[in-house]
Amino acid sequence: MRQFLLFASVILVGLLFISRLFYLQVYTSNEHDLFEDNAIRKVYDYPKRGFVYDRNGELLVANQPSYDVMVIPREVEPLDTLEFCSLLKIDKAQFIKSYNKARHYSPRLPSVFVSHLSKEDYAVLQEKMRKFDGFYIQKRSLRDYQTSTAANVLGFIAEVNQGIIEKNPYYKMGDLIGRKGIEESYEKELRGTKGIKFIQKDRFNRNIGPYKNGKFDTIPVQGKDITITIDKKLQEYGELLMQNKRGGIVAIEPKTGEILSLVSAPTYNPNLLVGRPRSKNFSKLHYDSIRTPLIDRGLLRMHEPGSPFKALIALTALQENAIDPNTSVSCSGAYYYGGRKPMGCHCGSGRRNLNSGIAKSCNSYFANAFRKTIDKYDDASQAMDIWSDHIKSFGLGDFLGYDLPPGKKGNIPNGAYYDKWYPDFRWGATTIISNSIGQGEVLVTPIQLANMTAAIANRGYYFTPHIIKTIEGQNIDEKFATPKYTTIDKQHFEPVIQGLYDVYNKGTANFLRVPGIEICGKTGTAENFTKINNVRAQLTDHSIFIAFAPKNNPQIAIAVFVENGYYGARWGGRIASLMIEKYLKKEVTLKYMEKLVLEKSLEEEYDKPYSGKPFTINDGQKLQYLHLEPKNAETDR
Amino acid sequence: MLRQTDRKFKFDWITILLFLLLVGFGYLNILSASHTGDVIDYFNFSEPYGKQLLFIFLTFGLIIVILAFDAKFYERFSSIIYIVSILSLLGLFIFGKNVNGATSWYGIGGMTLQPSEFAKAATALAVAKYLSDLNTNINNLKDQISIFVIITIPAFLILLQNDAGSTIVYASFFFVLYREGLPKYYLTLGVSVMLIAVSSLKFGALATSIIAVVLVFGFYFLNKKKVSLFQSILALVVTIAMSFGVKAFYDNVLKPHQKNRITIWLSLEKDPAKLEAMKKTFAYNLNESEKAIREGRFTGKGFMEGTRTTGKFVPEQHTDYIFSTVGEEWGFLGSAFVVIVFVLLIIRILHLAEAQKSQFSRVYGYAVASIIFIHFLINTGMVMGLIPTVGIPLPFFSYGGSGLWGFTILLFIFVKLDSNKINEW
Repeated sequence: MRQFLLFASVILVGLLFISRLFYLQVYTSNEHDLFEDNAIRKVYDYPKRGFVYDRNGELLVANQPSYDVMVIPREVEPLDTLEFCSLLKIDKAQFIKSYNKARHYSPRLPSVFVSHLSKEDYAVLQEKMRKFDGFYIQKRSLRDYQTSTAANVLGFIAEVNQGIIEKNPYYKMGDLIGRKGIEESYEKELRGTKGIKFIQKDRFNRNIGPYKNGKFDTIPVQGKDITITIDKKLQEYGELLMQNKRGGIVAIEPKTGEILSLVSAPTYNPNLLVGRPRSKNFSKLHYDSIRTPLIDRGLLRMHEPGSPFKALIALTALQENAIDPNTSVSCSGAYYYGGRKPMGCHCGSGRRNLNSGIAKSCNSYFANAFRKTIDKYDDASQAMDIWSDHIKSFGLGDFLGYDLPPGKKGNIPNGAYYDKWYPDFRWGATTIISNSIGQGEVLVTPIQLANMTAAIANRGYYFTPHIIKTIEGQNIDEKFATPKYTTIDKQHFEPVIQGLYDVYNKGTANFLRVPGIEICGKTGTAENFTKINNVRAQLTDHSIFIAFAPKNNPQIAIAVFVENGYYGARWGGRIASLMIEKYLKKEVTLKYMEKLVLEKSLEEEYDKPYSGKPFTINDGQKLQYLHLEPKNAETDR
Repeated sequence: MLRQTDRKFKFDWITILLFLLLVGFGYLNILSASHTGDVIDYFNFSEPYGKQLLFIFLTFGLIIVILAFDAKFYERFSSIIYIVSILSLLGLFIFGKNVNGATSWYGIGGMTLQPSEFAKAATALAVAKYLSDLNTNINNLKDQISIFVIITIPAFLILLQNDAGSTIVYASFFFVLYREGLPKYYLTLGVSVMLIAVSSLKFGALATSIIAVVLVFGFYFLNKKKVSLFQSILALVVTIAMSFGVKAFYDNVLKPHQKNRITIWLSLEKDPAKLEAMKKTFAYNLNESEKAIREGRFTGKGFMEGTRTTGKFVPEQHTDYIFSTVGEEWGFLGSAFVVIVFVLLIIRILHLAEAQKSQFSRVYGYAVASIIFIHFLINTGMVMGLIPTVGIPLPFFSYGGSGLWGFTILLFIFVKLDSNKINEW
């Protein structure tokens, strides 16, 4: 048996080795990934990010070069940290922190070590970079804003986070991606495609030559320039008007659905989010939970529409034959129904027909119209479904489908909605009468309101609002050129539009007329509440206004929403008139109105709930005073 | 019945074919591991691949010379060959050239020669000669000591030249002696020593002692008739002394780099940060070679396509770490092929050795198989991370003239002896 010891050992070792090889090469081995292979250096060639122009061809966003120092932790060799830190202008603590962070992310993948070097630092560092194994400089392109406005529309670019990298393998640590606004919506078109070169390294980290003669290398594809529908001058003017106020302005060109301006206030200067101060500024903006400058109120601020909604109540009632233009109602300063607390009215009492009902914003008139629309059917739930479909055909109650981050749906209640609220089905028109004046359960966003206005201006259809005008060498989405029809017949619009015209002519906005322009509009005021120390408290009403002009060839439809601005004409109306004049005449003649809007501030109004003291609301006196130095809101909530 | 003239060429062609496979495949891998740039000048003798081609060419001359001698020559002159070999090792202390810390080279012009590579064949001849002597009885302690001395002299001289790896190779003669009748307790002892050493390092001396107590007494109570209590206690005392002794040996005698290799092998370091640091320093080679093998996956990256090989990430890849090139570029298929060729070669030699009619030829053949086996075991095991790092080449495969010629002489003396077996009576 002695001759078998070696024989058995040989067989055993052979089997052991083959199993070990199987374990290493088949069982635990991963797909050979060039990106994971540290023998291959990956050099990215970032393409030019597309420029952004406004509708008149004015450059809004260009690029500027930027240099990041990248690190691959496992390739770092002992180095002269003192020299390195002084070159990078950081201290040792920062060095250790950045290094550990990169190492924690991945020892073998590159991370940003120091971002956005100045050109001077770059020039000095580039000479000495060879001395520091594991570190290299990556050139990138940063945004260079040619305007200080429209931050919410333009969005910004930021470094990708790990979540994005996991979802989309195109992005690598340190890459930039568009966030918010058009940078996000048109990220793919703007960014182009980066090129990559694979280079064989040796163990001393020197380049030997292209890997497989560049078989896998790609060349970058330049980003496409885009033109957006924003009118830079109008946008700037809107933001100017909204300073010291909170809210949004959305202006749309009715015959195309192009968004002329999308103002959100408070806003920020887009240049704040460029380069090294970016992260500091971003946190400051992001954590400002009271002013929320990063939230686009034009798209995201849901509110009750208030009286502008009466235009739709009228249109629905006409369509359903519940009223005709001559139907009249006698208003006694309040609307009495079903033995409940009456609904007040500010129209000044008297006989109201459709025209004067709209012009004077008579609550009683529309309560009546709404009630007739619902009561026409035996079943309130069925009636509400029909009513709801009419309203929704104006683009309310759902995402509009515009090419910006989607915003909010709003709410248009239907029958089922109230069946759920009142499970015993004991509800009827009077139960939900608040909807008739745009309060109740109806919720909209400013852009929905503007789109609704555009649909009225077009006498029955609208184009999905959009921000993109042209993309270099590419067609824009077809849906933006397809009209969407409302369920209201065309003939019903004229009397309503006449009413809206008379709002300016002789109604609630008669002091807002713009010489030489026939404007149709509607004021709106929405009650609103907040919680102060868990106690429900009413705040000053929101000021809401919709308008379009000129009456017979609408060029602009606009919705203005000013938080706690009191009644509709006071802020919303003034701003709408100024915007319309600015857009149509390219200059503003209403100098006094402009001065008033520019100089007055609502900051004091916004401070009230945080003051800790009792306060009055809807006090009309404040317009008499100037508030040149808005106080910072206290944050003891 | 073969005619006399045919008999001259009655070599074992299977062995020769396996030999050629290893040398040829080895050359391809050396070429891949040592070339730089896109243009390869196959006859550039300043590059390893060029030199290896020359070495291989000269090897064929060497083979012809070896086979040309009469088979009896090797038996008759074995003592002289052995003595010449010992002298060449001794000469290193005066004329030796230091390469990488080991003084195991002669510098002759631009060439270097490593006598320890030839000493293996010489020792094998000497052992074969001594054991096949009619007066030798391996169960006799005196003869055991004599053989031990024959084997230890070259081993010790090589150790003194700071080439611990080549010294370990001489342990392979254990297989030869055991085959020829060395008492069984040597095997028991050898295996026990290895187990105790590994266990003591991995689990600690105390744990090893406790395990030993349980095992020895368990064995005693089950086999009371065969083993006396005194024998059991003696075994236990020796075992316990050894387990503590190994620890002391590890702590005090081993050099830091040797300790580190064992630390890595037995995964004694638990701190991931320190382990990471080790992988960058002394375990760099091992780590890189394992990585290269791993990345080869099933089919490999292709000849000359290995990114780690091209980037020369594994230092000494064309010599001791050549197997990692096979792993990366030829994948599991190529690596398993090499393992199988080695196993076949060793088994073929064993098979031929058992068929020898003369004891000299059989012992020598056994020695050849054992030596190739131990090289294959240690080198390949090391590159795969199964065995602590020991710097010895892969026979016929690694770059190097002395190694290739040493193994060629070793193997082809046996091929010659084998071809002559029909005349042995």
